Amino acid sequence: MNKQIIQQAFWKTVPVFAGYIVLGAGFGILMNNAGFGAVWTAAMSTFIYAGSMQYVGVGLLTGGAGIVTTAITTVMINARHLFYSISMIDRYKDAGRYKPYLIFALTDETYSLLCDGQTPAGKDPDLYRFLVSLFNQCYWVAGSVMGNLIGSVLPFSTAGIEFSMTALFAASFTEQWLTAKDHLPALTGVLCALACLILFGPENFLIPAMLAITLVLTLLRSREEGDR
Amino acid sequence: MRAATLVAVMALVTALIRALPFLIFRKQTPGYISYLGKVLPSAIIGMLVVYCLKDVTLAARPHGLPELIALACVTAAQAWKRNAIISILSGTAIYMVLIQTVF
Repeated sequence: MNKQIIQQAFWKTVPVFAGYIVLGAGFGILMNNAGFGAVWTAAMSTFIYAGSMQYVGVGLLTGGAGIVTTAITTVMINARHLFYSISMIDRYKDAGRYKPYLIFALTDETYSLLCDGQTPAGKDPDLYRFLVSLFNQCYWVAGSVMGNLIGSVLPFSTAGIEFSMTALFAASFTEQWLTAKDHLPALTGVLCALACLILFGPENFLIPAMLAITLVLTLLRSREEGDR
Repeated sequence: MRAATLVAVMALVTALIRALPFLIFRKQTPGYISYLGKVLPSAIIGMLVVYCLKDVTLAARPHGLPELIALACVTAAQAWKRNAIISILSGTAIYMVLIQTVF
């Protein structure tokens, strides 16, 4: 393993660094308020490693939820990860010994860094993806443990720093828009999500949006095949 | 003990969801799934942008203006420099200044 690929992977993950430290710290603070210490916080960030699920998970731990409720809630919140895995199937297929971890660590942010399929020329693409995934999880674990230990004693206001995640997705969207020839998939994603947000409200729109996106993309494909 | 069980359930279900497509299409990936794999990334990133903005209220002050300005900055910076770090840091800094001092 050479130094260069580690550096390239690190620079790729810098945008996620700030966001994961802050969002992770937010989770750590919530855990602290709920009476859970650093070991619990580190364990959840290491083994669950799913941002919004962990936030909800604090409520499940303190609210007296049962196993079935917990399992169903997890499915509802993390269903979107099915999409990430489906679009990485061909890319991760032959990743060998890195494959299990690559699949385990496929969060929203890691996905947005790796879904364009670009890796440094002449380098082992699987190792590169593994390092990007691993660095991201390190930030997440470090942020959540820090938040749990230091809590809310930061000397400056970090209000608004959570926007870095929105900015990450927006930058990645723009980049894909600029490189893509066909803009229909991108438009499908935005328009279906907006329509479902209006129809179903902010709490319940994600699953209908995913179904709508799949349906429209499927129709687009059969139209293309009809043309041939 | 109960907390440990719940954490294990969350970890297990999350890992299963992420692994499921790989377990189902272990040998040959059907053409339809390969097609979805190609078109889904830009569609999902679009959906995630909307997801991040889902709690922005347009009807009340500041009418989503901080988000709109910061997003315009991210998009412009990305189109100009094609460097995600610059786009994200500048957009986030502008957003923080906007909500802490202007709005």
